[in-house]
Amino acid sequence: MRIDFTQVPVPVPTPETEHFWAGTRVGELRLQQCIDCQTTYFPPRPFCPTCASRAIEIVCASGRGSLASYVINQRPHPAFDGPYAIALVELEEGVRMMSNLLNIEQTPDALILDMPLQVTLQPLSDDIVLPYFEPRGSRS
Amino acid sequence: MSRGEVAIVGAAETTELGRIPHMSQIQLHADAALNALADAGLGISDIDGVATAGESPTGVAHYLGITPNWVDGTAVGGCSFMLHVRHAVAAIESGLCRCVLITHGESGRSNVGRGGRVSAASSLQGQFESPYGGMGPTTIFTLPVLRFLKETGTTLAEMASVAVSQRQWAGKNPRATLKTPITVDEVLNDRMIAYPFTRSQCCLVTDGGGALILVAADRAEDFPHKPVYILGTGESTETPMISQMADLTTSKAFKVSGARAFSEAGIDHGAVDHLMIYDAFAHLPLYGLEDLGFCGRGEAGAFIAEGNTLPGGRLPMNTNGGGLSYMHSGMYGMYALQESVRQVRGTAAAQVDAVDVSVCHGVGGMFAASGTVIMGSSATR
Repeated sequence: MRIDFTQVPVPVPTPETEHFWAGTRVGELRLQQCIDCQTTYFPPRPFCPTCASRAIEIVCASGRGSLASYVINQRPHPAFDGPYAIALVELEEGVRMMSNLLNIEQTPDALILDMPLQVTLQPLSDDIVLPYFEPRGSRS
Repeated sequence: MSRGEVAIVGAAETTELGRIPHMSQIQLHADAALNALADAGLGISDIDGVATAGESPTGVAHYLGITPNWVDGTAVGGCSFMLHVRHAVAAIESGLCRCVLITHGESGRSNVGRGGRVSAASSLQGQFESPYGGMGPTTIFTLPVLRFLKETGTTLAEMASVAVSQRQWAGKNPRATLKTPITVDEVLNDRMIAYPFTRSQCCLVTDGGGALILVAADRAEDFPHKPVYILGTGESTETPMISQMADLTTSKAFKVSGARAFSEAGIDHGAVDHLMIYDAFAHLPLYGLEDLGFCGRGEAGAFIAEGNTLPGGRLPMNTNGGGLSYMHSGMYGMYALQESVRQVRGTAAAQVDAVDVSVCHGVGGMFAASGTVIMGSSATR
């Protein structure tokens, strides 16, 4: 499966998400953590979704996670050259992200729930670098 | 909320269902509303409250010539109409209005006069979900199910039996879109849409509408049809982002909404004669049966596969054929409500014997919201 990165819908950051996209530009997957209750959370917002504290800080994720669930879409999409998986990835830090899976066959036989994954970053434009995931140990 | 203090006295769908290219979306609202008024023996001037989703209540009220003194435009997806029922009960009970019209119309197939529904690229979905190739509900609503199957031990064949069971009900319903019986093997071998969902496990795409009319129970006996009393209701929301569900194998909104409705109605599951669980996809009745407490964890798939929800089964479910076989315009909740009303009235195409309590449970967005309405006959009020 190949992705035509010129056909991927490009995210438009807001003030509350700018740090995330600044992070991927420099090779970091940034999450946020509550200073009061220690909850690590995603997607970005300037307060803790568990205790509503505004005392939060930015933390870097390890980039390691596992495959929580997925579907394999069979219908054509301009950014993909064939059936492709849309995946949910559970990060080591306990948050979940949607993503696609690179460097692996897009089949039920290859995509095994809970398989270890690692982040890989792909530029979409000068400003936006999008996180994807691949099997851990891949050399992309 | 007081139990049984408000009743549905008018209920109808659009004259046609399926492909209706000669009607715009707002006219589908109006067609259903006029049919519901005729059903209740009321005129347009009797309506003083309007609730709708998909169109604005302002637009629907003006189109129908109503100047309401109560409106509700709660729009949380396909279960919005369950929430409208809940809000209408509160409004009528507290004297804000006397007679509420709830309308739905959707040109889901023909797209005549229907607005767009795309997330902005700056929304959280636009930034953190849309880049990954989701193409609407077939690829997003379905995303949690592999985790559900793994955690609960439910099989693909059991999930396929949802579609098989509902087709049996649809076969008894002249207005159903798909009536030919199907087998589990046929469901599993049908065209793959988004693994593991084949076409027959995805909802239909049709045009249609429906409307309800509610009044205080003390005048409900004065109408042409048997009143259908509202015994209890519930509502909740979880997240607009499927990736952010707290647990991919259970819906928080289902649990909160369902438990609240049962508590208000003061009934237990054994009292339920008939059940509707919004089925945009085959996994939703599995989540619904477990999250509403009809089945234990991991038991819903076998419960359906063993035939308990079929005609003659002990918990008849989705008796119009559901979103998989009856119709699905996009916001299906109204059709589930209509079927519950018909079953309690005793006028359904595939009528279940002696329905005194019907539970009607809806989902909004993709596990984003939920609404539950428990209806009862005069015997249970």
